[in-house]
Amino acid sequence: MKFVDEFRDEALAKGLAAAIAREANPARRYSIMEFCGGHTHAIFRYGVQDLMPENVGFVHGPGCPVCVLPIGRIDNALELAEEHGVILCSYGDMLRVPASKRRSLLKAKAEGADVRMVYSVDDALRIARDNPGREVLFFAIGFETTTPPTAVALRIARAEGLKNFSVFCNHVLTPAALNHLLTAAAVDVDAFIGPSHVSSVIGSRPYEYFTETFRRPVVIAGFEPLDVMQAALMAIRQLNAGHAEVENQYIRVVTREGNLKARAIVDEVFERRESFEWRGLGAVPDSALTIREAYAAFDAEKRFSIVTRSAPDAKSCECAEILRGAKKPVDCKLFGKGCTPDSPVGSCMVSSEGACAAYWTYGRFRREAA
Amino acid sequence: MSVIEARFSAREGKLTGAVEMIHGAGGRATAELIRTLFRRHLDNPLLAQGNDQAAFPVAAGRMVMTTDAHVIAPLFFPGGDIGSLAVHGTINDVAMAGARPLYLSAAFVLEEGFPLADLDRIVASMAQASGAAGVPIVTGDTKVVEKGKGDGVFITTTGIGIVPDGVEISGDRALPGDMVLLSGSIGDHGIAVLSKRENLTFETEILSDSAALHTLVADMVGAVPGIRVLRDPTRGGLGATLNEIAQQSGVGIHLDEAAIPIKPDVSAACELLGLDPLYIANEGKLIAIAPPEKAQLLLAVMRAHPLARDAAIIGEVKHDPHAFVQMRTRFGGNRMVDWLAGDPLPRIC
Repeated sequence: MKFVDEFRDEALAKGLAAAIAREANPARRYSIMEFCGGHTHAIFRYGVQDLMPENVGFVHGPGCPVCVLPIGRIDNALELAEEHGVILCSYGDMLRVPASKRRSLLKAKAEGADVRMVYSVDDALRIARDNPGREVLFFAIGFETTTPPTAVALRIARAEGLKNFSVFCNHVLTPAALNHLLTAAAVDVDAFIGPSHVSSVIGSRPYEYFTETFRRPVVIAGFEPLDVMQAALMAIRQLNAGHAEVENQYIRVVTREGNLKARAIVDEVFERRESFEWRGLGAVPDSALTIREAYAAFDAEKRFSIVTRSAPDAKSCECAEILRGAKKPVDCKLFGKGCTPDSPVGSCMVSSEGACAAYWTYGRFRREAA
Repeated sequence: MSVIEARFSAREGKLTGAVEMIHGAGGRATAELIRTLFRRHLDNPLLAQGNDQAAFPVAAGRMVMTTDAHVIAPLFFPGGDIGSLAVHGTINDVAMAGARPLYLSAAFVLEEGFPLADLDRIVASMAQASGAAGVPIVTGDTKVVEKGKGDGVFITTTGIGIVPDGVEISGDRALPGDMVLLSGSIGDHGIAVLSKRENLTFETEILSDSAALHTLVADMVGAVPGIRVLRDPTRGGLGATLNEIAQQSGVGIHLDEAAIPIKPDVSAACELLGLDPLYIANEGKLIAIAPPEKAQLLLAVMRAHPLARDAAIIGEVKHDPHAFVQMRTRFGGNRMVDWLAGDPLPRIC
């Protein structure tokens, strides 16, 4: 397939693997964190790690939008669906994440709550138009990639004067999480593979602060397996040369400034929260968005007076450490025992972008072979 | 003139009106619906007897029986509809035992308010599919549920067939060293259906591969009676089906991604939606597992049949107490092809 097969070419992969093997210094280890769940997924789905030398390893970061949402916010969503009787719309994986007492939106749906899986926020708008007598709420999650569509939906809702539509905003910001990882969490990695889709919106410029301040290379990479391998090679070259710069492997999509139009729409509709709780990272300042006053009529937090209470993760669940890159999924006592994709305890096992789900779904044979 | 006939003649060549509760009450209206709609399309001597069952002579040997409930949205999709699907699906389940399908039964659960014109179209499609396959629907049932308690139409079909002597096909018979064959490209049906989902409409030329595979199976079993496993990878796709077989037989299966046929349109749609084609449903494909020395002969027989022109050897059965399905990726790495957890979902960002 044009523009896809080129990025999955075995011959090119072998060439890159040889270059990495040649350039990776056998006297040291290279620990490279891929921030995004999309990269984690690509690494496992295509077996990228098989092509890497022993001393080059990937560490999985907090870039899965489903994984990082704290239990308290899912409890809020459950409350909205069950007690306020709204039609609650959200993306698929979000419906399966266990909240307090291992309840989930899917379980609430089975018990009669009106929870609907949507493929985009446009679907939620359509449901609102089709059900004028019902409150329709969009449970918005995701990084900078999914934020512009939510902003556009809010503009449309206001322009149409929709009275029964609101957004429960949980959009989070990548640079703040990276900052937190490097300061509070003091993550032990040598270089970062920067997010691709997120960077197509915010550009590469926001990462320059990190390379200057923390002296770790950031290579922004696409989600194809060859992208990931090339980014690893670029990071290794920087580390060998003692450089720490932002490099853009994903030049076919990402520019330094990003998508100015999308950024302007997001700025018009959203503003920063002072602080937001992340699963695994705790309260992170300036790390999430909330709806501006001009759109307050569509802000579910105001309309339903939502109060978020912090709720602990399930006992023995190590999603928090895994999301910080401090542990690997197989280090969790629950991995593959109490916690599998069919019966997940923690969010990292739920989402198709979660590190535990990727290990379990694509890489289990390695563990058995070891 | 009956009510339904009146509705039929009210507009030229098209039924108007809708299913009503009275159509399921077992009285005159039910009889009228059966006579003027179902029997008009599905007519055959056994059905025409009008009994609550069909009686027919049976041959000596082994019979197979299967039943399948069909629930699908949308009811009409590129390349098929719930009616033809209900016929093909059950014929295929019978055929996957290596059997020759003989008869089908069909039970309909109709939702009050469902347009009679759509029901007419569905039953005509069933008649066409069963006629083309030479497997008649010889008995059936109809129930009506109140509006809001169904999803238009649910159809349950049951099929029976006869297994030829010397054929012993079952999911627990795969052995290490056997070869895995696939009759053609994967994901066509699932993507054709997805393309018409209300909230996911996109342009594609992909048609469902819905088809009755019994003549293909007859050719295969005729040439290689020692086929060990046959299975149609429907819901859950190739990935789930191979996991079922691996588990049943207690073996591992190693696939070669580059050998798995997939149409560019299907591949592109899967990329766009973030779905893995290995888990997308098929309705006209089969997997065969055969001893290695028979694999090339079987492949040639399959490719000679119009429904398996793109057949390929896609992998090998291995000794593996974990019963893992693994795949060498097109990229040169290795991965597992695990059971699917829940429905395949598009990526979020």
